[in-house]
Amino acid sequence: MRPVYMVSGGVSKFEKARPDATFQKMVKEAFDYTMGDVPRLKPSMIDGSVASYFSDHFTRQLMAGIMATDYLGLCPKPNKRIEGGGATGGLCFQGAWEAVASGRMDVCLAFGFETMSHVQTWKGNEFIALASDVNFDYPVGGFYSGYYAMMVNRHMHEFGTTVEQLAMVSVKNHMNAYDNPYAQKRKRLTIQDVRNSEMVAYPLTLLDICVMSDGAAACVLASEEMAFKLTDRPVKITGVGTGTDMMRMADRPHGDVILAPNEKKSDYRNLKYPGVHSFRAGRSAGLQAYKMAGITDPIREIDFVELHDAYTSSEIQTYEDLALCKYGEGGKFVEEGHPFMPQIEYGLKLKTKGTIPVNPSGGLIACGHPVGATGLMQAVFAFWQIQGTIKKHYGSGELQLKKANRGLIHSHAGTGTYVTVSIMERGW
Amino acid sequence: MAKKIDSKTAGSPRFNPAAKLDEVMTGTTVFNIPFPKDLNALKGMSPIVIKHPYFVEYVHSYGQDSPFFAGLANKKILGTRCGKCNYTYATPRMHCTKCGKETKWVELPQEGRVHTFTTCYYGSEEFLKDTPFHLVLVEFDGVDTLLLARLIGVEGPEDIKIGMKVRAKFRRNSQLKPTDVYFVPVA
Repeated sequence: MRPVYMVSGGVSKFEKARPDATFQKMVKEAFDYTMGDVPRLKPSMIDGSVASYFSDHFTRQLMAGIMATDYLGLCPKPNKRIEGGGATGGLCFQGAWEAVASGRMDVCLAFGFETMSHVQTWKGNEFIALASDVNFDYPVGGFYSGYYAMMVNRHMHEFGTTVEQLAMVSVKNHMNAYDNPYAQKRKRLTIQDVRNSEMVAYPLTLLDICVMSDGAAACVLASEEMAFKLTDRPVKITGVGTGTDMMRMADRPHGDVILAPNEKKSDYRNLKYPGVHSFRAGRSAGLQAYKMAGITDPIREIDFVELHDAYTSSEIQTYEDLALCKYGEGGKFVEEGHPFMPQIEYGLKLKTKGTIPVNPSGGLIACGHPVGATGLMQAVFAFWQIQGTIKKHYGSGELQLKKANRGLIHSHAGTGTYVTVSIMERGW
Repeated sequence: MAKKIDSKTAGSPRFNPAAKLDEVMTGTTVFNIPFPKDLNALKGMSPIVIKHPYFVEYVHSYGQDSPFFAGLANKKILGTRCGKCNYTYATPRMHCTKCGKETKWVELPQEGRVHTFTTCYYGSEEFLKDTPFHLVLVEFDGVDTLLLARLIGVEGPEDIKIGMKVRAKFRRNSQLKPTDVYFVPVA
């Protein structure tokens, strides 16, 4: 395998509804932004593309990938669609990485979109719940917020995680998004606001849960030679990992923790793992990516994380999967302030702010979650952080981290069914 | 869909400037559209949004898992057990995920414990009429995996505790759905 770099990215503004544009047009907006940011890149230099969208139900159009490809003018070059629920974007990013790493392509475009406004929220919840076993899970009351609520209730039971700790994630991500013009929800909230908002699935309230969006995102990945021809500041992808787990939560084993390099067996004497409180796929993906990137102490060796916070609870669970803290310590991790941005005032008393900022962009909770675009959006925001170009792209530098040499992006599907982790580093 | 009143905000009257009518899919059918004389004005036109119904009846087979549903119709919860490694599944699968061998059908106990739970106040369109409803993952003695089911006979999440005993009940008129079995608290 040869080294792969990201050279450019773009995002359409995520919105509740974009009736003014079809999915092709939204992809074109993200693509044009991407091309505009590296003027040396011409469409003729793109060897092929990978398309990312989650649901044929939302699109009401099969083979939508090719329709976006032809709109972008990339026919007759290679294209394929990648799909894996919420992790579709992360899988697409890695699909483009594979195309370049293998030598099949020198320049590969990854693009993704979702058009979730085409049905009402309740129907959308149904479409999303079809990504659970339709024989055994969906008919019982298929609702992803319900599934995640069950998982966090067990997390709270095992580890003493509190609803206030969940709410702190919501406060953090909404506040971060305040300075991100691409975000759908930019709000200053308090823990009380989160707890007092409508209960959706106990204990998760409306503000613990991401929203449906229309949006698109694009990334261009390239070989080393092409990357340095195209930009002075390419970002190297130094690690990729993909984990899986059983579709039905009920089937998850209750065995031993898969240990991270910085953990010991004695850390987890009585813990049954993963059960329904942890994401084995996330741990698996993280460890693969760490091994490839040579990371043994993630919290010290990674500067920031963009992770799949479809729920405040899953952000806390993911701190643990990614070994930013030990299993069971995720609640305390946020309460102490570690994943907050050092330079932002949140109106919270935080002991140790900014050890490793998580979701500096605002994450899914605030940016929105147009599923096929989400994992690529994270790559774009991480890319800009590492390049140091947040001010250029956001119009304000509030969210630029001083030290952003190495970032982690994390994309997550189902109840932890597919998870991807990719490590991105300053490449120049 | 009518929104529910949060118990915390019920009581004394309050103003809610964020109040909003729910969107509905009913509306007026339109057969003509205003059109500009100048084609250059078309780019400023509002998007045309149409309603598109989509209804499908599938002939859906439960395949090798069919006996589970036959079991529910006969007031039995059937799981499967691996003949080789003895791993026992509360939600059946005909091949063991641990060793790949074919499993056999076994009858599960009708009493179990709540492994975890939630109360859904919203949901997918199909289940909105049922809200609020309670979901539980049930654990059984001697069984390695869990079963997802509805819990009834409790008011709210405060009445449900992890570890509490629950007992299976069955619909008399089977619908051949996993909801043919549901659970109630053990007194």
